[in-house]
Amino acid sequence: MRNFAIETVGLTYKFGNQTVVKDLSLQIPKGSIYGFLGPNGAGKTTTIKILLNLLKSPNDQVFIFGQEINANRIASLKRMGALVEQPAIYAHLTGNENLINRCMLLGINKSKAAEMLSLVGLTEAANKKAGNYSLGMKQRLGIALALIADPELLLLDEPTNGLDPNGIIEIRNLMIELTAKHGKTILVSSHLLAEIERTATHVGIINHGQLLFQGTINELHNLSKPSVKIETDNSAVASNILATAGAEIVQQDENAVAITFKGKEDMGNLNTLLVQNGITVYSISKERKDLENLFLDITSKN
Amino acid sequence: MRSLFISLQSEFYKSRKTLAFWAAIVLPVLICGLVAFGFFSGSEKILKMNYPGLALWGQFSGATLGIMGMLILPFYVMFMAFSVNNIEHKNDTWKTLFAQPLNKFAIYSAKYVYAVLLLLICLVLFALLTLGSGYLLQVLVPKYTFNDYNPAVLLFKFYSKLFLASLGILSVQFVLSVIWGDFLKPMGVGFVGIIAGIITANVGWEYAYLIPYSDPTLALKVTRVKGAKLEEFPIFAQEIWVSLAFAAVLFIAGYFILSRKNIK
Repeated sequence: MRNFAIETVGLTYKFGNQTVVKDLSLQIPKGSIYGFLGPNGAGKTTTIKILLNLLKSPNDQVFIFGQEINANRIASLKRMGALVEQPAIYAHLTGNENLINRCMLLGINKSKAAEMLSLVGLTEAANKKAGNYSLGMKQRLGIALALIADPELLLLDEPTNGLDPNGIIEIRNLMIELTAKHGKTILVSSHLLAEIERTATHVGIINHGQLLFQGTINELHNLSKPSVKIETDNSAVASNILATAGAEIVQQDENAVAITFKGKEDMGNLNTLLVQNGITVYSISKERKDLENLFLDITSKN
Repeated sequence: MRSLFISLQSEFYKSRKTLAFWAAIVLPVLICGLVAFGFFSGSEKILKMNYPGLALWGQFSGATLGIMGMLILPFYVMFMAFSVNNIEHKNDTWKTLFAQPLNKFAIYSAKYVYAVLLLLICLVLFALLTLGSGYLLQVLVPKYTFNDYNPAVLLFKFYSKLFLASLGILSVQFVLSVIWGDFLKPMGVGFVGIIAGIITANVGWEYAYLIPYSDPTLALKVTRVKGAKLEEFPIFAQEIWVSLAFAAVLFIAGYFILSRKNIK
């Protein structure tokens, strides 16, 4: 049981009368990249703030490396690094000074600052005022700040926000490297399923403050059956042929038919069937369901 | 204690490029410089008055203390208390600050202590520069009588009173700046407070000392007891106690306000 980096037990949190987090039981295994997924306003940031003890949780509901957070606030925070919402950066200080300030607060060697700058690719902008950084650069600096104490556990709230595709890939690789090579645990929140799928080993899906799904990425994949979109010259006829052959039609419009993906062989057979019936197939593409559909799936199954 | 020291160090580091920090140094240099320049260039006129040493020092330091104590100091305190907190409001860094593995109360206290230290630095500089520039004037204008009286004790006592009397305003403004992130609200309240303070202190309203904004002005009004030496006034007058009481209560209150405020 104590192999979790983060464990919450029936965590409930209210702002006044409004319940923001309801009976949340997160279990984040050590060494995992835990994708914390949910639409805006689902309670992700609130949860992260609770995990940082910025919001006080009821006693005996939040455990960091097996230790109750309220009783062990400082000890828990020492093992965590975080990036919450927009990176909190002193705009009048340079990137380097922001990191040095953090080194002071954490009592670590100031030479770490330069190391972190090069890790997130900000060495050239080190002496530029952080207020003049682009959104992506600020985000990188925020990540550098979270990593500077070399924490065992990282909480990253939408870390790829505002990054360009290159930056997103860099962050993704960094996360994978940190867990694979350095044995860190990462909680990364996002509202984009595609983003989480690429890196996460475990996934938790939250909506209206409630956990709808929690499990490994494979368990999630089993839940969300991908669909296949088939573009043809005659979608109405194609749809009939597919339906007769036993395919499950998900969606149909003038240009394309979407069916549930059942396997590679099945798809090949359907394609042959269409061609044999004189339909010209323009394209066949596999599509994952987006988050909204996945939510519907998961909620209806519960 | 370690948390407090670390946080304090970080406060200095963070704000060493801000106006609030530099103003603590620039204000005394500028004002003392201007007054000294006035006494240098207008020396002929002043020499005609034939002031003895004590009176000359009185004129000289009073020129600084008068405008400073009544107007500039309260405004500086207001601005500085705002600036120390605004650095976190503006950058949305309160949450990061409180997510550090440091004692929360120490983080808050460091901010308050830092503001008090800036005020102290500012006033110590004022006292030292007044003293220094007086003796410098003596060298430049040998006919001056600055050498006839040693004002060190007098200046020390006046500036100590001023420092202690300002802690009330500092604490009120500090808490207002913790509550509000924008400039106008704490400034508005402070401005009204300062005007009210100056008026009530000067019309001699008997309860003026209960308003922290009146305290610096009151602190500088020293009535000389008959037969006693000028420097024998007490530092801990009633307005000082009021100022200290405000400071103590608001310092504690500020922590609770801040720890509740972060909840959003």
